[in-house]
Amino acid sequence: MATALTRKDFVSDQEVRWCPGCGDYAILAAVQKAMPEFGIPRENIVFISGIGCSSRFPYYMNTYGFHTIHGRAPAIATGLKVTRPELDVWVITGDGDGLSIGGNHLIHVLRRNVDLRILMFNNRIYGLTKGQYSPTSEVGKITKSTPLGSIDYPFSPIKVALGAHATFVARSIDVEQKHLGEMLKRAHDHRGAAFLEILQNCNIYNDGAFNDLSDKAIKAEHQLVLEHGKPLVFGKNRDKGIRMNGMRPEVVTLGNGISESDLIVHDEKNLSLAFMLANFEAPMPTPIGVFYAESRPTYDAAVNQQLEAAKSKMGPGDLKKLLERGDVWDVH
Amino acid sequence: MAVPPESAASAAANGGEAAIPKQRTSRDHVVIRFAGDSGDGMQLAGMQFTTESALAGNDIATLPDFPAEIRAPAGTLAGVSGFQLNFSSNEVFTAGDEPEVLVAMNPAALKANIGDLAPNAIIIIDKEAFTDSNLKRAGYQTNPVVDGSLDKFQVFQIDVTRLTTLALHDLGLNNRAVFRCRNLFVLGMVSWLYQRPIDSTLAWLERRFAKAPDLLEANRRALKAGYNFGETTEMFASSYVVEPARIKPGRYRNITGNSATALGFVAAAVKAGRPLFLGSYPITPASDVLHELSTFKNFPVYTFQAEDEIAGVASAVGAAFGGAIAITTTSGPGMNLKAEAVGLAVKVELPLIITDIQRAGPSTGMPTKPEQADLLMAMYGRHGESPVPIIAAATPSDCFECAYEAVRIAVKYMTPVFLMTDGQLANGAEPWLLPDLDKLPPIKVEFAKDPKGFMPFAREEETLSRPWAVPGTPGLEHRIGGLSSENLTGNVSYSPANNELMVRTRARKIAGIAREIPPVEVFGDQDGGELVVLGWGSTFGSIREAVKQARAKKQSVSHIHLRYLNPLPGDLGDKLRRFRKVMVAEMNLGQLLKMVRADYLIDAFGCNKVQGRPFKVSEITNRINRALEG
Ligand SMILES: Cc1ncc(C[n+]2csc(CCOP(=O)(O)OP(=O)(O)O)c2C)c(N)n1
Ligand code: SF4
Ligand SMILES: [Mg+2]
Repeated sequence: MATALTRKDFVSDQEVRWCPGCGDYAILAAVQKAMPEFGIPRENIVFISGIGCSSRFPYYMNTYGFHTIHGRAPAIATGLKVTRPELDVWVITGDGDGLSIGGNHLIHVLRRNVDLRILMFNNRIYGLTKGQYSPTSEVGKITKSTPLGSIDYPFSPIKVALGAHATFVARSIDVEQKHLGEMLKRAHDHRGAAFLEILQNCNIYNDGAFNDLSDKAIKAEHQLVLEHGKPLVFGKNRDKGIRMNGMRPEVVTLGNGISESDLIVHDEKNLSLAFMLANFEAPMPTPIGVFYAESRPTYDAAVNQQLEAAKSKMGPGDLKKLLERGDVWDVH
Repeated sequence: MAVPPESAASAAANGGEAAIPKQRTSRDHVVIRFAGDSGDGMQLAGMQFTTESALAGNDIATLPDFPAEIRAPAGTLAGVSGFQLNFSSNEVFTAGDEPEVLVAMNPAALKANIGDLAPNAIIIIDKEAFTDSNLKRAGYQTNPVVDGSLDKFQVFQIDVTRLTTLALHDLGLNNRAVFRCRNLFVLGMVSWLYQRPIDSTLAWLERRFAKAPDLLEANRRALKAGYNFGETTEMFASSYVVEPARIKPGRYRNITGNSATALGFVAAAVKAGRPLFLGSYPITPASDVLHELSTFKNFPVYTFQAEDEIAGVASAVGAAFGGAIAITTTSGPGMNLKAEAVGLAVKVELPLIITDIQRAGPSTGMPTKPEQADLLMAMYGRHGESPVPIIAAATPSDCFECAYEAVRIAVKYMTPVFLMTDGQLANGAEPWLLPDLDKLPPIKVEFAKDPKGFMPFAREEETLSRPWAVPGTPGLEHRIGGLSSENLTGNVSYSPANNELMVRTRARKIAGIAREIPPVEVFGDQDGGELVVLGWGSTFGSIREAVKQARAKKQSVSHIHLRYLNPLPGDLGDKLRRFRKVMVAEMNLGQLLKMVRADYLIDAFGCNKVQGRPFKVSEITNRINRALEG
């Protein structure tokens, strides 16, 4: 039965309608490429999205898909996953969809640890509505709705996820196809709510927002690739690292008596470290990779266990008995 | 009929004197109201008295009425909780306009209820609760018990607190625990007064306090002490007997509207052979459906207490996509929050039940009080052309059938459906003739299976419903969504003509449900007459009683009560036109009225009330009389 699927099997017959050059294409390609490796039959895969450019994603996947309403995909996916735990359910959301209108659902789905893969395409802008600032836009940003510059202090999606105590929190970049593929695999292998922020370029309304991280010439100086058990090293010549100076992390240059053994070693299971890394701002490099991963029972499994336990304790539901519960009497 | 309890426990209350046999007076019905502080356990006493009366074979209607605050300041008017019960040897339709008996556990309970009482009503008060401070808290300048203001009533001052304390004196309970048994003393006493057996309450106590033997004993003693007090005290010269009603043979139980709603959904899911999923966020008076369904996990029933009402309905949409019988329950403000997800379900054509247990609005309004002002919201409260079928329950037990029917229609037509009840139905109780499960209409769920020629928006010829194609089915992978989509394929499409085709098709699908709505039943003049009262939902009882009384006076008045509000029954216009006058009675400012006038161009008029209280029969009667004169 299981003839191996290929990338092509996951391409739907719908014309892709993002702007030419949009980072969403790269993400779509990475997901379609990764899918066959997971070995899940197509019919058991479901993509559920909210609203936004990013949320058009399900139309382009040849799986089950549901393009729903703005911000609510986590809740819709929860209802599906709880009742159909055997399905492989993915949520596609944007920085506006997932952190503005749907922020409430996102934090709750993360804390409950529903077994979903949640991909947040963060372009730091509202793409679909043509370029208003989003909850991840930086202070001072000039957009259509902030001609004098945004005065909203932004959210960090990673910090929101950690704050909600998500069990898997990672970041990747649209153009880093290999890294993105690895992160998709890690997210897929995780049991529980896997949150993956994907930095995505909107070349129409926020072009170059992540230039530092994607421009081949300079990115090595700005990306800090997290690897579990490895010291925090970065830089084109891999000559920079992060070490603790008392309670504060600092960038150091290796050599001159400073060696890798002085650096922080990444530990995905250390929540405090994850928070610290999530707080990195220039001049610190931007971490990508898995910030945090822990194993905690999933919500959907726990719900179904309660149902099973109830069934073994009380037997399968008996409608007649149920209706006659309590005091009944017969009228002759 | 009554099983007299052992008399030992009453010794403390009556000094061990032998009971004098008393006279029994026959009554065809009694309307009694239990009232006290919200911490006094009046709802519980009322519900148990309801069960006792139902077991004694009476027909029954109840009207609980409690404050939204869990514990308003003790002894104040705001904190008064009441439970009214009409039990009868005839068929009853309402909990009664005017109580003939009031149990008032404190001055506030007396003050809050005295205006509703029938002339010469019996008032039973807890004498010790009428202290200066309690009188003051209730806003009494002088003690009504002694100042003559109760002279037109029969007042019984009973030492409820003292007698309860005496009965429990050797149990070593603290004062608070003893005080909390007063409701059982009163229940025992009233049970004697109406010759109700107390076995069912004793059995209930055993279940309730299985894990607290001292409280079980305390409550049992209080109950029996009250019963024996009734028998031995010389205050009550007579007890009253309300003979069993002649009701349809069969097996009965008492049921509240919320329980019936929950059971209706479970029954429908069992019949459909699918799991039930409830996504909900707590809100009065809907929460009990969530509570109750969360105890039926073994059926299986999934209950998901979501982070808000939006997530409640959204999770249900997700569960429906996966093939569950998906429902959401809410009230008042929660209805507003669900609108967008309901619109999505309309567009993607997934079955979903939105249960609106209406409460008085606008905004937070009066959370525990009933109203019917959400009808037009259910009809039109979404953007775009977004028709949704609406079904409304008329009585507590009718909630079972309506919940079941809502699921049947949702699944058959692949559509969201509104089930409307209200706070009165939710908490009101009545005897329920248990349905024959084999005779419930079938609910057929057939998921699409065959990939050959599969199209997610192909339609069944008669119903126009689309296939239910759930994830996990090989070969049927497809995408659905809120964007306008092409006929048959469901692919995104902005074609103007296609959009109109889809909007009209969905409208036709919902309108077509009228095909299977049974003909409108006219209570009264089948061929028409002077006046017909048109109603829907919980106003059924008050309207039916008023119309019956009018007909007994030979007035040409009839009653039509609607279960299906969208689409309306196909023959409704014709039937209404047989009457010279059409009066629409509803607990809003004229919502069904607008629909009827618009759909049938009938010059109907309204009988409206928005006080968070059901219609009194007399209010409808007065309006009928005015209409007949005018
Ligand atoms: C209830 C509701 N409000 C507003 C909108 C309009 N809207 C659509 S997408 C969007 C923002 C999307 O931003 P984001 O999630 O960042 O997605 P992007 O387009 O950037 O991928 C807004 C405001 C809507 N569709 N629904
Ligand atoms: S507006 Fe931006 S995010 Fe949207 S499709 Fe175009 S480039 Fe992509
Ligand atoms: Mg965005």
